[in-house]
Amino acid sequence: MKRNYFVVAIAIAVCVVMFAACGGGGGGGGSSSGGGSGDGSVYYLNFKPEQDQQWQDLAALYTELTGVKVDVITAASGQYETTLKAEMAKREAPTLFQVNGPVGLASWDEYCYDLTGSQVLGELTSDEFALMSGSEVAGIGYVIETYGIIYNKALLSQAGYTQDDINNFADLKAVAEDITARQGELGFAAFTSAGMDPSSDWRFKTHLANMPIYYEYKADGIGSTPAIKGTYLDNYRQIWDLYINNATVAPTMISTKTGDDAVAEFVTGQGVFYQNGTWAYGDVSVIGDENLGMLPIYIGVAGEEQQGLSTGTENYWCVNKEASAEDIQATLDFLYWCVTSAEGISALCEDMGFVIPFHNNLPASNPLVNIANDYIDQGYVPVAWTFPTMPSETWKNDLGSALTGYAAGTADWEAVRAAFVDGWAAEYAASN
Amino acid sequence: MDKTLQRYFPVFVIPTLAAFAIGFLGPFFMGLWLSFCEFTTVQNATFVGFANYIKAFADSTFLYSLGFTALFAITSLVIINVVAFMLAMALTKKLAGTNIFRTIFFMPNLIGGIVLGYIWQLILNGILAHYGVALAINAVYGFWGLIVLVCWQQIGYMMIIYIAGLQAIPGELKEAADMDGASGRKRLFRITIPMMMPSITICTFLTITNGFKLFDQNLALTAGEPARSTEMLALNIFNTFYGRVGFEGVGQAKAVLFFILVVAIGMIQLRITRTREVQQ
Repeated sequence: MKRNYFVVAIAIAVCVVMFAACGGGGGGGGSSSGGGSGDGSVYYLNFKPEQDQQWQDLAALYTELTGVKVDVITAASGQYETTLKAEMAKREAPTLFQVNGPVGLASWDEYCYDLTGSQVLGELTSDEFALMSGSEVAGIGYVIETYGIIYNKALLSQAGYTQDDINNFADLKAVAEDITARQGELGFAAFTSAGMDPSSDWRFKTHLANMPIYYEYKADGIGSTPAIKGTYLDNYRQIWDLYINNATVAPTMISTKTGDDAVAEFVTGQGVFYQNGTWAYGDVSVIGDENLGMLPIYIGVAGEEQQGLSTGTENYWCVNKEASAEDIQATLDFLYWCVTSAEGISALCEDMGFVIPFHNNLPASNPLVNIANDYIDQGYVPVAWTFPTMPSETWKNDLGSALTGYAAGTADWEAVRAAFVDGWAAEYAASN
Repeated sequence: MDKTLQRYFPVFVIPTLAAFAIGFLGPFFMGLWLSFCEFTTVQNATFVGFANYIKAFADSTFLYSLGFTALFAITSLVIINVVAFMLAMALTKKLAGTNIFRTIFFMPNLIGGIVLGYIWQLILNGILAHYGVALAINAVYGFWGLIVLVCWQQIGYMMIIYIAGLQAIPGELKEAADMDGASGRKRLFRITIPMMMPSITICTFLTITNGFKLFDQNLALTAGEPARSTEMLALNIFNTFYGRVGFEGVGQAKAVLFFILVVAIGMIQLRITRTREVQQ
């Protein structure tokens, strides 16, 4: 028995050593971020993993120029809310974070510093990019993005068409179905896979679902609703049918397809059309700028010949009200510097490739952004982003499941309708 | 020796106890308190009484997940333990290469759940693709996919425990049984299994609680698809917590109910198998 006790004691001692080692390491890491002078510091919890390095560089530059400490931490893709929840509970909470719009704001409202009268707000080109909470300005949109159907010009002309042949849903359908009919001869499909893996499903449960919601809001003259009617659900079905039945893969297989799969199909010329936005330029640029085109997502609504691309933002900067007065001031100064100084503007517009809704925006180097601008210059009506008004993440997930089931043939369209219409009312009621 | 231990035991106990308190007891009681609150971050919680529990019970997906999880736990319990026991019997025979096989069977247990989930997703979807189906479109495939995954992961581990148990059975008992002319079947049910009850207690406890607690593998393999029909309890709690604005407390309430359930099942199972253990 004595021997046993001795063994247990040794085991515990080993644990203690491990615990001490972990504690020591953690403590060392933690204290380095705690320092700083009395002038306040900035801690930015960044949403966009694609731009992590650029933000780190910009923060370092700002510290070098002004001596104010700026920490940038980037949440892993899809983990922003979980990371934010954890970080906000810490003593060293982010001073600068972001929400995705009105629904995201509902969670974080009481943490949002009122930005009314701040210098950075004065730099906005339009009030529509300010996120309001009652009469207070809770957030400032900092990047405008656009999505539509990106297409490969070379492949489209190989199939015998140009963009001029496609000006509404009927045209798009005719072209897509013709390509499908001649798929064997042409060697490529119309659409890249509509992957419903979580890395790709947001393109359909969120971005594509924006189309029927946008038109319903427009018809009813509203900007949000507690109960969607689903007026344009048949149009949603039409476009979804077109996507899944004229694609590189069978409709039953889309649940296994990822975002990378669709990109790979697009850049290797297996599909002509790829629904995504300006942020995807880095992924698709290998086919050459001259081959990249972008079409509006037509869903067969009357008068859609004048419809443009979908443009908006779901990225709003918010300043943490709970931070100390010095930190809040330091954060506001940093933001103002970002959107006014030559270094800040160059980082945002050139290095990160953003279109920013501030006075000092630079012409874009991203050809997809230029295409988006051309649509607006030619008088096409941009489709607003309504998905920040979707009632909850659960709503999007349920809609995504229903779309997958419908495509696989295990559920009918009624399941999609129920997720879309009934789900909206239920989720709205649960969240409010 | 005893004296020294008595004198120094705080040196050994306190650090671990502190770690346990900080890493487990603190969060546990905080979680209990938060299940009665509405909150966005754990710092600013407002007390709302039983409202979260009422919402948790009103949620039909929670009860569905409970049923699905129970079915899964029982199925995996039976398959894992029967197969692990048979492997242990085979690998304690005097055959060439038993050590290599023991190592091979044990190895899957060294891979993390998320990684395993994605690997098996690729494998299973790769096979199912030949038949034009996928894991995420049929709950039956999702269920059996999960079973295959956890079996592959846990059988080796349980096998090691059973091997240790088998090797601890005194040889004279077997000899005596042989002398008395007991058949193989009799020897298994009258000698081996009763003598193995301590190992069986441990293995059934581990497999049933693992079955109920399963999260990583579920998230990575099916993520609850199709339409939440393969969503197990832990994943349901996670999705509740992050799925809607203001539902953090409801997720927390479900987590407390989940804790009570797992503890209760574990206790009942321990009591049942313990009573069958025999003293040598």
